Amino acid sequence: MTAGLTFNGINKSFGGAHVLRQVSLDVASGEFLSLLGPSGCGKSTLLRIIAGLERQDAGTVAIGGRRVDDLRPKQRDIAMVFQSYALYPHMSVADNIALPLRMRRLSGMQRLPLVGGLLPGSRTTQAGIAKEVTRTARALGIESLLARKPGQLSGGQRQRVAVGRAMVRNPAIFLMDEPLSNLDAKLRVQMRAEIKELHRRLGVTFIYVTHDQTEAMTMSDRVAVMAEGEILQVDAPQVIYADPANRKVAEFVGSPKINMLPARFGADLTHAAGTTFDVRARELAGTAGTLGIRPEALHLAEAPGTGIFTGRVRLLEHMGSDLFVHLDLPHDGEGGTLIARLLAERAPQIAFGQTLHLGVRTGRILVFAADGRRVQPDPAPAAVLRSYA
Amino acid sequence: MSLRRLGPVAALARHAVLLASGALMLIPFVWMVSLSLKPPGEIFRAGFSLLPEQWYAVENYSRALTASPLPRYMLNGVLVCGAILSLQIAICAPAAYALAKLRFFGREGLFTLVLIGLLIPHEVLALPLFILAYKLGLLDTYAALIMPFAVSPFGIFLFRQFFKSIPDDIVHAARLDGLSELAIVWRVMLPMAMPAVIAFSIFSIVSHWNDLFWPLIAVRSEQLMPPPLGIMAFKNEEAGSDYGPLMACATLVVAPLVVAFLAAQRWFVEGLGGGVK
Amino acid sequence: MRAVVDIPEATRPVRQRPDTEPIAACLLAAPAFALILLLFILPTLAVFVIATTDWQFGARSLSFVGLRNFAELLADSTFRISFANTCLYVLVVVPATTAIGLAVALLIESGQSLRAFYRAVHFLPFMATLAAMAVAWEALLHPTIGLANQTLTALGLPTANWLRDERTVLPVLGLIGIWQNLGFAMVLFLAGLKSIPSELYDASEIDGADGTFDRLRIVTLPMLGPVTMFVVIVVALRAFQTFDTVKILTQGGPAKASEMLLYTLYVESFEFLRTGYGAAVTVVFLAIVVGLTLLQARVMDKRVHYQ
Ligand SMILES: Nc1ncnc2c1ncn2[C@@H]1O[C@H](COP(=O)(O)OP(=O)(O)O)[C@@H](O)[C@H]1O
Ligand SMILES: [Mg+2]
Repeated sequence: MTAGLTFNGINKSFGGAHVLRQVSLDVASGEFLSLLGPSGCGKSTLLRIIAGLERQDAGTVAIGGRRVDDLRPKQRDIAMVFQSYALYPHMSVADNIALPLRMRRLSGMQRLPLVGGLLPGSRTTQAGIAKEVTRTARALGIESLLARKPGQLSGGQRQRVAVGRAMVRNPAIFLMDEPLSNLDAKLRVQMRAEIKELHRRLGVTFIYVTHDQTEAMTMSDRVAVMAEGEILQVDAPQVIYADPANRKVAEFVGSPKINMLPARFGADLTHAAGTTFDVRARELAGTAGTLGIRPEALHLAEAPGTGIFTGRVRLLEHMGSDLFVHLDLPHDGEGGTLIARLLAERAPQIAFGQTLHLGVRTGRILVFAADGRRVQPDPAPAAVLRSYA
Repeated sequence: MSLRRLGPVAALARHAVLLASGALMLIPFVWMVSLSLKPPGEIFRAGFSLLPEQWYAVENYSRALTASPLPRYMLNGVLVCGAILSLQIAICAPAAYALAKLRFFGREGLFTLVLIGLLIPHEVLALPLFILAYKLGLLDTYAALIMPFAVSPFGIFLFRQFFKSIPDDIVHAARLDGLSELAIVWRVMLPMAMPAVIAFSIFSIVSHWNDLFWPLIAVRSEQLMPPPLGIMAFKNEEAGSDYGPLMACATLVVAPLVVAFLAAQRWFVEGLGGGVK
Repeated sequence: MRAVVDIPEATRPVRQRPDTEPIAACLLAAPAFALILLLFILPTLAVFVIATTDWQFGARSLSFVGLRNFAELLADSTFRISFANTCLYVLVVVPATTAIGLAVALLIESGQSLRAFYRAVHFLPFMATLAAMAVAWEALLHPTIGLANQTLTALGLPTANWLRDERTVLPVLGLIGIWQNLGFAMVLFLAGLKSIPSELYDASEIDGADGTFDRLRIVTLPMLGPVTMFVVIVVALRAFQTFDTVKILTQGGPAKASEMLLYTLYVESFEFLRTGYGAAVTVVFLAIVVGLTLLQARVMDKRVHYQ
């Protein structure tokens, strides 16, 4: 039974350190939501509050519309996969997966070693548990490993056992704390697909914590970008990328990083990097701010001009299909570096040290006010005129 | 952090049990100090009171310090422990460095010897070392107390482990700076291995200050006895009749390590608990 | 490859400086090497050799007697009593020390307050000079003026002459052994508890094992398994080496009721000066210690593989 999740005004401090500030979010039932942010921003703490492993100082958590603040972790209908997997090293894979079921279905007496097995009912319950463990293991392709101990498994196999232990009791919500960060790059790509597939198959809510934007962007229905204990933006991955709410989100998402150019906004032109752009934001007129330009929004230009960057090629990085060009901007225009992502076919035209011109489509320039807020630029006068025509 | 927070009742029960067991652990210490403060009359009258009716501390402690050569025992303890520790560090550190960082013929063999040495308890060596000391005419000398412990396989092992964790690049850099190999040991490795040096020093000093077995075999003269042997001699002389000064003597022998322990608990626990691993 | 081989002699890079590393290494290691050989290895071999002779220290002559010392050992009632006493002592002291040490460690770790204080109090006997503390114990156990008998009398319970009574002397020495080593076991267990990853407790809580006893059964005790084996062996080694209390408090008496292995070794070798026979006792002692230490090495190996 899947369930949605709501948390409202969550605050948490450790000693003097304010780790979460007024965090609120609604997660739809069956949604795959990622919490994305640099390490130390409070993602794990938030996840542990949802799980009930940590208590918030203020705010409420509700699962399936029911407040769970006073419930223990085992009463919350959640399961969690830990970064280090947290498998019990002295138990076999089968016992690891069976434990949550045993703790729920067997009474305290029935769980006792030796005598427990003799009590009425415990045989049939145990048999039922064993069947479910086998079914779960088969679904994850680890059936042959059931008798082994975690120490005898590879990283990927341990990962699957941890998922199995979470899966076996059909929780309403899956919590995952950087579950792939201990795997090597190749396995990570594979497990990414497997977890996505698992989500599709189970259809329950997933809350997935990661500091890896690729994971968040490729797997999620929505991404919540966090920084310094706050949620900055919650949106679908493509929206987060193309339409960031503020400077921090724009800078955290995207690789190579977005180009940020200090700018002065005029009445109908914007000055940045020694040139002018056909970008106007009336509310910012007369102030300083920033223009954000994604590397792939840049293209080669023939000659200098308005809205054309001119600079010296400092570094060329061949990435197979792409070519990253690092351009040193002239000092009279504040200096700085611009990174452009061009098609690899362009490579023969560009040499280290040469002067290069790069243009940008006005519509792809992101405008940020001095406080980091994103501002929608006003439509171009030409467009205004055309609409009157 | 590992176990969950206790409720108030459980927390209270925890304190009750630990205070009770702690009190039991301390009884011998408390009784020893208590007797060392009492006059003979009160001691033999028997009673539960910890503090004396008539303070007799000055008499007991001054008798302990004058009737037996206790100051001499303590001085011997300091001399012997100091000499042993200095020799051990001077001999073990270079060897540990060679084992950890240098390639030479016989390295594996030497390390095997160290491991074998680690395996052998000192009581096993007492008989042959006694004969050796006799043949060399060293019985009943400071040398007999010190020499058997001049090298410590445990020290070599511990320092080697620590040195191995220091990056090779630091050794290379020191060589480029013109340091000789011996200078690298003293000026680079040992200062970096300070935690291991402190832990080992505590281990060594505590072991040898407290050792009774070997001094019992190695020396006879009173002026060479270290504290445990001295206190045994004092007890036998007094034949148990003079409890006050005897307890004062015991208190003074135990005191230095106890005070040092209370001042540097962490290091002691590390040196004696962690060190054995 | 060929090109490399064909480089003419003259153009081959020459070693600029002779490789002094092995020489320096030998010089650094030589004192330790010589001393280990002289103070550990050769004496140990000598013990085995001496054990096959009838040498009495100070005697002018000695002869090879093969395994006769060992045969004599097995027939000697003192040695048999000593061996039996030592085993009994170990069998009592080791489980008690381990269990109490574990209990104290769990109690200390289960709360936040006064941790360092409790640890210090329980650890104190381990590092206090045992010879001096034995003297304190003797006063405590004194038949008339000792605290033990005074307390028992006040409670209306029977008293005993603890150190002079065949039935009580070994248990009392065992009690002192537990008192002395318990703090050591506790410290090892505390380190073991610290090294249990907190995520395991989190996982057990989510899996539904959130009661004190479930946590102990599912996480704490199994995770302490290897440490426990280690504690058992190390305490056993220390128990086998009990000497100071016997020498100071009982001299093996009364009627050999507290005769223990190391004390027998001492008496035979250094009081009776029966060097050959003492060496045979030493060999037995060495065999026990080496056996336990090798067992410990295997346990430590296991622990590494545990994760
Ligand atoms: N139990 C704790 N006690 C003290 N500080 C903590 C504790 N848990 C986390 N913190 C602090 O809270 C901040 C957020 O931690 P965390 O939620 O683990 O970040 P993330 O998972 O995003 O990397 C960090 O600065 C961390 O040091
Ligand atoms: Mg985290």
